[in-house]
Amino acid sequence: MSQAPHPAPPRGHATARSTTTDTPAPVTATPAGVAARPAPVPAGSTIGTATGTPTSVGALAPGAGTTTAPVACTGAQSIVRSLEEAGVEVVFGIPGGAILPTYDPLMDSTRLRHILVRHEQGGGHAAAGYAYATGKVGVTMATSGPGATNLVTALADANMDSVPMVAITGQVGAALIGTDAFQEADTLGITMPITKHNYLVTRPEDIPRVIGEAFHIASTGRPGPVLVDIAKSAMQAQTTFSWPQEMELPGYHPVTRPHAKQVREAARLLATSRRPVLYVGGGVLRAGASALLRRLTDLSGAPAVTTLMARGALPDSHPQHLGMPGMHGTVAAVAALQKADLVVALGARFDDRVTGQLSSFAPNATVVHADIDPAEISKNRYADVPIVGDLAEVLGDLVPELERQHAQHGLPDLEAWWKQIDDWRETFPLGFDEPTDGLMAPQRVIQRIGELTGPEGIFVSGVGQHQMWAAQFIRYERPGSWINSGGLGTMGFSVPAAMGAKVGDPDRVVWAIDGDGCFQMTNQELATCTINDIPIKVAVVNNSSLGMVRQWQTLFYESRYSNTDLHTGHGTRRIPDFVKMADAYGAVGLRCESDADLDATIKRALEIDDVPVVLDLTVSRDSMVWPMVAAGVSNDAIQYARGISPAWDRED
Amino acid sequence: MSTRHTLSVLVENKPGVLTRVAGLFARRAFNIHSLAVGPTEHDDISRITVVVDVDELPLEQVTKQLNKLINVIKIVELEDDASVQRELLLVKVRADLSQRRHVLEVVELFRAHVVDVVPDSVVIEATGSPSKITALLAALEPFGVREIVQSGIVAIGRGPRSITDRALERVTRSA
Repeated sequence: MSQAPHPAPPRGHATARSTTTDTPAPVTATPAGVAARPAPVPAGSTIGTATGTPTSVGALAPGAGTTTAPVACTGAQSIVRSLEEAGVEVVFGIPGGAILPTYDPLMDSTRLRHILVRHEQGGGHAAAGYAYATGKVGVTMATSGPGATNLVTALADANMDSVPMVAITGQVGAALIGTDAFQEADTLGITMPITKHNYLVTRPEDIPRVIGEAFHIASTGRPGPVLVDIAKSAMQAQTTFSWPQEMELPGYHPVTRPHAKQVREAARLLATSRRPVLYVGGGVLRAGASALLRRLTDLSGAPAVTTLMARGALPDSHPQHLGMPGMHGTVAAVAALQKADLVVALGARFDDRVTGQLSSFAPNATVVHADIDPAEISKNRYADVPIVGDLAEVLGDLVPELERQHAQHGLPDLEAWWKQIDDWRETFPLGFDEPTDGLMAPQRVIQRIGELTGPEGIFVSGVGQHQMWAAQFIRYERPGSWINSGGLGTMGFSVPAAMGAKVGDPDRVVWAIDGDGCFQMTNQELATCTINDIPIKVAVVNNSSLGMVRQWQTLFYESRYSNTDLHTGHGTRRIPDFVKMADAYGAVGLRCESDADLDATIKRALEIDDVPVVLDLTVSRDSMVWPMVAAGVSNDAIQYARGISPAWDRED
Repeated sequence: MSTRHTLSVLVENKPGVLTRVAGLFARRAFNIHSLAVGPTEHDDISRITVVVDVDELPLEQVTKQLNKLINVIKIVELEDDASVQRELLLVKVRADLSQRRHVLEVVELFRAHVVDVVPDSVVIEATGSPSKITALLAALEPFGVREIVQSGIVAIGRGPRSITDRALERVTRSA
């Protein structure tokens, strides 16, 4: 190959572009001061080897790095070859009419393991779980029409949580597109707003280039899902396959290198502020920057909070770690942000579940905001110091810069700040009340699973109360130990995502911490798990209701429980009976209804490593998630327990 | 206070790109005043001129979100006093024999053209700045406006520089 697909422009080039167009004043991608936009797929990189870019999520797995001279084949074979060369090892999918031609050569591939899922949503979440566990791009495959529409939730989920994923969907033959053909849907149109990018391929010769681009886009910059919709006629046509391909992406140049001046200003603020907080988001995990975060935390002496998407980015045992901020965050984490004079946001996006009422969030804080996505900077909260860049590079620059600032300014005096924070931590530790109905406390159930499994396990949750408790009461000590659906809040995420995580990291114990509501949305993937020897463990924290909705009904709708009773728990008809269901799926089902049996049940589950296990853990339905900031109100109004709010000003 | 901004958006000339841009405006709740799209001097690049009603900060969001679209190559804001902005108007006006002379006077005054004549009406073509078009329409109103069709604004920067130069260079080099 004579030419790199994206010659990295000289750094001056970009700046010139955004500043020298004298008349029409340019509105380029980024505001003045933020690093200009272009750059860098490293020169010399090609699709097959574009792996080591600092932006990539643990990097697109190296295809063998081999070069394949043009060979004649069908479009379908070209798809399979492209996936192989892109470094794919596992595909979660389910065939149907329009994708059928591709499933034929797939059967012969020795490099691709295809796992037949039971529903496309399960395939999508499994690809996400796989991506979380491996740092590689997760791959899912589905047919046209309903196959693609079933994927929609999983794509939207991955898009909100910046999960690198490539979805291959079949489309009806090119001649039939637009005729309302059997199983035709406008997949491109439907998935446009919920993917980082998507493609419709009707010409077979485009297949390898498009698939290569899809992996590049999914894994670089801010990661996300990319869908490639391929017409059946293109799969059936004769074409040639060659690898690697040159990409045609003139408009895609994620910025990875932070602006030195901004990093220096961030360091200066961190060295001189009196009440700093490191507000750590999922971007730190996506960038693989946990070790650097640890160094920044140690060096700065500042308290750190990890969002729902960032649990595990800093060990929970770290003395400066205050836990999770936000609607169900710890009092110390929420209060520290509210009272901070400096908030350093690292790969976080000021989500409404973190900020509460935006206008009263961290009202006295100067904001440093580092993110790889320029559009996140100043989207919700104005950033006084914007930094666009890959978090690994930002932190890599920030640490030595902070050392220099310390040398110049001396170490900041944070003693008063820590005294106040420690007071909050002592007065308002995480805890829970014992239920009065004699049933188990769900918090303890989850806590014991975490303790008995240990920090090497992977915990994958669904959405709702059990998710919040799992975020609160399991101690996360390493990146990748916590997987959940944060942005979209997708009930049913846990079982398929746990399946994907277990496939990606088979030596770890993988728990799906699920609710009885969530479990009923995607439990069909237990069949996939049993048949393909993917022994996940499912803990159904069974409170017989849609628990989080019920909690809001208790708090905000006068305990009128409209349609939240699921009849699965203690003293009900148990429809369905989760133990029998586990049995029907070839999994081991165990029920536990009292604290006395809890540890033994969990230990039993941990001993079984050849088949999936489902624990039906019946807990009290009246347990609620605390602390809580009600939706739309100020974080200052956080309630430690119902009706109990901290008295903020007693120190003053 | 809401203000009007004109953005020139250079995009890859590929199917579906206009949908991506228009869809982005819709789902991010950005208010489009007008939108025009057409080819450029380079086969691989189309140019979208979009006029939005937004404040300064949301405008920054608009451009950043647009830049996230993979097919968007470059965005430039064209300031009023540093660019030429034009829209095209075709208007069908009632003009029988008794009124036609007066209608033609207005046409003359605005340097517009009559492009179709029948006994009781004329079709007038005019190009100009949005304010000129508005004034022309106001002047024609008393005669009876029967049908209007109007293009979105297209705009180009004054002076010798071309905003496609850099973009072109990059497209060529990556092709």
